[in-house]
Amino acid sequence: MKLLQDIVVLDFSQFLSGPSASLRLADMGAQVIKIEKKGTGDICRQLYVSDVMIEGESTIFHAINRNKQSYAADLKDENDLQKIKQLIAKADVMVHNFRPGVMKRLGLTYEDVKKINPQIIYGEVSGYGDEGPWKGLPGQDLLLQAISGLSWLSHNKDKKPTPTGVAVVDILTGTHLAQGLLAALYRRGTLGVGALVQVSMLESILDFQFELLTCFYNDGGQLPQRSAISNGNAYLSAPYGIYKTADGYVALAMGDIPLLGKILICNELDMFQNKDEWFTKRDEIKDILTRHLAPQTTAHWLLLLEPAGIWCSEVMNYDTLMQKDAYKLLQMEMEVRTGTGYAVKTTRCPVRIDGKILHSALGAPVLGEHNTQIEKQFSVIP
Amino acid sequence: MTDIVLPLNGLVVLEFCQYLSGPSAGLRLADLGARVIKIEHPEKGEAGRKLSIKNLWVGSDSLLFHTINRNKESFTADLKNAEELLTVKLLIKKADVLIHNFRPGVMEKIGLDYSTVKQINPSLIYAEISGYGKAGAWQSKPGQDLLLQSITGLAFASGDQDDAPVPCGVSIGDNLCGAQLVQGILAALIRRQKTGQGALVETSLMESLLDFQFELLTTYFASKQQPVRSKVSNANPLLSAPYGVYATQDGYIAIAMMNLAQLATAVDCHILHSYSQSDAFAKRDEIKEVITQHIAGNISSYWLEKLHAAGLWSMEIMDWQQLSTHEGYLCLEMEQTINVPGSDITTTRCPIKIDGNRIYSGTPAPLLGEHNQKIHEEILSEPVFTQPKL
Repeated sequence: MKLLQDIVVLDFSQFLSGPSASLRLADMGAQVIKIEKKGTGDICRQLYVSDVMIEGESTIFHAINRNKQSYAADLKDENDLQKIKQLIAKADVMVHNFRPGVMKRLGLTYEDVKKINPQIIYGEVSGYGDEGPWKGLPGQDLLLQAISGLSWLSHNKDKKPTPTGVAVVDILTGTHLAQGLLAALYRRGTLGVGALVQVSMLESILDFQFELLTCFYNDGGQLPQRSAISNGNAYLSAPYGIYKTADGYVALAMGDIPLLGKILICNELDMFQNKDEWFTKRDEIKDILTRHLAPQTTAHWLLLLEPAGIWCSEVMNYDTLMQKDAYKLLQMEMEVRTGTGYAVKTTRCPVRIDGKILHSALGAPVLGEHNTQIEKQFSVIP
Repeated sequence: MTDIVLPLNGLVVLEFCQYLSGPSAGLRLADLGARVIKIEHPEKGEAGRKLSIKNLWVGSDSLLFHTINRNKESFTADLKNAEELLTVKLLIKKADVLIHNFRPGVMEKIGLDYSTVKQINPSLIYAEISGYGKAGAWQSKPGQDLLLQSITGLAFASGDQDDAPVPCGVSIGDNLCGAQLVQGILAALIRRQKTGQGALVETSLMESLLDFQFELLTTYFASKQQPVRSKVSNANPLLSAPYGVYATQDGYIAIAMMNLAQLATAVDCHILHSYSQSDAFAKRDEIKEVITQHIAGNISSYWLEKLHAAGLWSMEIMDWQQLSTHEGYLCLEMEQTINVPGSDITTTRCPIKIDGNRIYSGTPAPLLGEHNQKIHEEILSEPVFTQPKL
């Protein structure tokens, strides 16, 4: 039996944060039904973000919404709303990421929905929580990276604040939502009670920085200082970072500096016997390393470093990674097929259960593709 | 603490983990109500106790350890000692969840691998984290965050085109891997409620970081083209102009996705009007250069006022000093005090709200072996040194 077999999720959310949570629930066996606006659907279908398209929709939409069904409805239409309420009465979970106030106008807040289905697990994603001066502002990934201090942690000291080039806030918020929903489903299994589960992008991206924020809170509010050279983590000593070689890049994690000097045959590093200096003089050390590593190839250095047990790696792009047997062995790629028969290659769920990869061949739905099927399954009366 | 019934009340989790990936999963389960017991070596303890950043210590353990391991208990056992291993097996018999992040082979050697342990407790949820999966040439490589960022292509997503690869300055692999593990564990617990069945839940830093890049990878599979960072203000290789961070006269602002003509009107930039929306990808570096020049001409608040008035998506770049005094931050009450004897510390709380309640816990990280006696009394009710029933 799949972990979430027979669990029905109504997903009213759009873009990435909410939908990434419901994707994971779908991977683990839940039936996820996207409730989408008639005519346009999830804005992610239309929002022209990636310049690569699959069947007229962005690759991003296909990646996020595989293994889901689509039910199109106009929530402002009384007849459609009644049908949605019938679905809600039979669902286990519902999720939305509308801005504060939208569900109130529709009469679909947790308080409203509880009356139809007291055991429902109601998940809600916001940008900045439901109070305070930011509550009405758009919860968008880059903007949350901007205000949360995150962009002061990556890249070198002389560089602008540098965002992470993947939607890290959306993804983390989605994981927290999924965790809350699942924990609440577990409680329902023991106590028979429903739950309201709320996450916000701001809280999630603060949680992500919990180790470093805790330093900030307890050391008198000192701001992070990125290293000037090869910054890998503002709080870590040399050699932590990425270095250029003759034909690419090599990453060095934590390590003993004089030992590293010995292995790399770099005598200049011998003088740093005092461990404290690995932090206080990290840019000096990193500068020596930069000059020393530049003339030889990555393979040359790895041949010295790896047998000595130094924590290091080649820095790879996708082309390089995908040639490696270790990547192929993971079987991370998966092909799904849309309702219209179009094949899309994407990645699978990163969790294995009972030794098995979780695989589903179902692609992202066409808008409203499953209306008839769902109305039949749940005996929806018009 | 409020009067909410935490969802995982009553569950016992044994955490055989070190550093961040596994312990961050344990922390989340603890905050959601589980009783999380760290199983540690009697002398050495978890390696994270001695790993500090900025040389910050709370008593004999690092502040970092306190941050990750608050709200847990500690039980010591030498897993290489046959008698103590038996005690641990008794604990496992009573536990709901076991988590470990040893390298592949270690638990097998100790005799606590899943196939052995499920003989003791068939309904156990056994969850494990590896660096690179449990097979192949990389399985014995160190599962360290920066190395995984480097291997999975992630470092080529941040920074500008002419920069070296730029890693994310927070341990993203560890964090995500812990989060994925929690999802798997909770889903397995839900199945167990219905069927009584245990489960093996596995993930790795590598799979978690590839999953993290699923949008980029799916686009790569479809286009066969490496993602390209823009030359100017890259903030996501998949996105067109103006998406990025721009310097103003007194700071920086982030500008997200928006229509170019609307942007041109809002910030009154004539040159920008000469580009059509279809140029947003093809000429993104050129357009971003135009925006860079224009935005440099005034202060952040000036631009934000104009952009927000037009309903366009932008925010100021803040550091923690600015953020932590802002009403938008303060109203979240994200900070909590941990009651460490002699020196209270401040840290963040669980980011998930249940039934409208924020979840706080002031319980500090345990001293090494602090709960040995309590656990003997409360959980190990059977005689300690007997063979568990197989």
